[in-house]
Amino acid sequence: MTNQSGKNVLSIKDLRKAYGDKIAVDRISFDVSRGEIVGLLGPNGAGKTTTISMILGVLKPDSGSIHVEGIDLADCRAQALGRTNFAAVYAPLPGNLTVRQNLRVFGLLYGVRRLSDRINALISQFDLEKFRNVKCGVLSSGEQTRVALAKAMLNQPRLLLLDEPTASLDPVAAREIRSRIRHFAVSGDGGVLWTTHNMVEVQDVCDRVLFLSHGRIMLEGNPKTLPVEHGQPTLEELFIAVAREPLTLEPT
Amino acid sequence: MLRYFYLLRGTPARWMPIFVWVAIDIVLWGFITKFLNSVAASRLNFVPALLGAVLLFDFFIRVMHGVAGVFLEDVWSRNFLNLFASPLTIPQYLLGLVVTSTVTSLLGLMVMLVLATALFGLSFFVYGLTLVPFLLILFLFGVSLGICTSAMVLRLGPSAEWLVWPVPAVISPFAGVFYPISILPHWMQFIGKLLPVSYVFEGLRKIISGGAVPATSLILGGGLAVMYVLLACWFFKRIFRHAVRTGILARYSAESLS
Repeated sequence: MTNQSGKNVLSIKDLRKAYGDKIAVDRISFDVSRGEIVGLLGPNGAGKTTTISMILGVLKPDSGSIHVEGIDLADCRAQALGRTNFAAVYAPLPGNLTVRQNLRVFGLLYGVRRLSDRINALISQFDLEKFRNVKCGVLSSGEQTRVALAKAMLNQPRLLLLDEPTASLDPVAAREIRSRIRHFAVSGDGGVLWTTHNMVEVQDVCDRVLFLSHGRIMLEGNPKTLPVEHGQPTLEELFIAVAREPLTLEPT
Repeated sequence: MLRYFYLLRGTPARWMPIFVWVAIDIVLWGFITKFLNSVAASRLNFVPALLGAVLLFDFFIRVMHGVAGVFLEDVWSRNFLNLFASPLTIPQYLLGLVVTSTVTSLLGLMVMLVLATALFGLSFFVYGLTLVPFLLILFLFGVSLGICTSAMVLRLGPSAEWLVWPVPAVISPFAGVFYPISILPHWMQFIGKLLPVSYVFEGLRKIISGGAVPATSLILGGGLAVMYVLLACWFFKRIFRHAVRTGILARYSAESLS
């Protein structure tokens, strides 16, 4: 079943994952709407990457459900993942293939139609023309991030997952990437779930943020107004408060 | 498969295991068999008996290493997350490994056949049509071992790669590549009879000595090979499900997963 006309590209319900006695994600629920950029924030070990891994289908939840455009990931994995794509700093594209070769291989995996045209468009969009036949392993981190994002956009995903995509970038390169992602969310039918530690980035780009701590969503709201609502001067101070004293906050 | 084609095109050194090592093996064993022919008192022609066995065993090794090698490319390039977060299914992935290995091992087989025939006069007409089931059994068993060892690396981590390469050498004493398994101790004979490849080499020796290969041997060898392929696929799928349950795929950059 799909929900093409519904507004949610991602629906998570009561998602839970434990590694032995350690609960990494504790019954979280949230949605991502079309055209929305949702920031997933939290200290190290809060459960952000575990959540992303479950949405990507590479980690099986202990309980709960994940729907991508109404498609149950557990039941129709290939169909759901065909509408998803991702970029993460810890998942670079194979360095022994060129930019064009990598995009072609992944384009075939995602069943992208008129692939050559799509590759040419993405290479142009992400300023990768001069790297077209350069092996990805010799590119700088900023260039590799652009290639990873180009790959993430190959299938024009409904759900784009970004796990710290600007982590290793200088401020100029990071701003450029944020601009491209904002353009993706605004101009298409997709939504973005973005994890980051950069609070400036969050306030610049995200429509809504979720604060994760000890596997639970502690806070949720507009990053521009959330600090004031909780008596903190900045988003960074609010982050620190959530990370240090989560018991003082009511989970949502 | 496309990815491996790009790798071959971009790195000439990758052609070495497909062509060069097998060529060296054929040349080396070709001269050994010629020497043995010149000094042996018996009338046995060592060329089809030994060189033919080497060629067939090399083909089996290339198939097995071909499957595991393509899988290891994903390990070395840390590509699991990208691959398995895509719509790619496990049967599609395994089929890709097998098809890629089929192409590279057939290329190697062609090189070996040309060298063995041109330099040492090995004629594969000696084996007749039985060569086809021989190759099929070797191919299927090579595929099953390639998939099985890939599953072991997936489970144990990148450092387990070194379990892959010695497998054919470990099997060879039991497989009766160069001698009948009847000369082995009973416990080794038992293991040998569980290996599909031993039926191929026993059959090879029967043909060389002027006999016919019993159909039951081929059926048994072929049946075992098919069974091992199915078991290997089941094993890989089980290991993959464990990897998804425990998060191994997402953490695969660690040297060891224990």
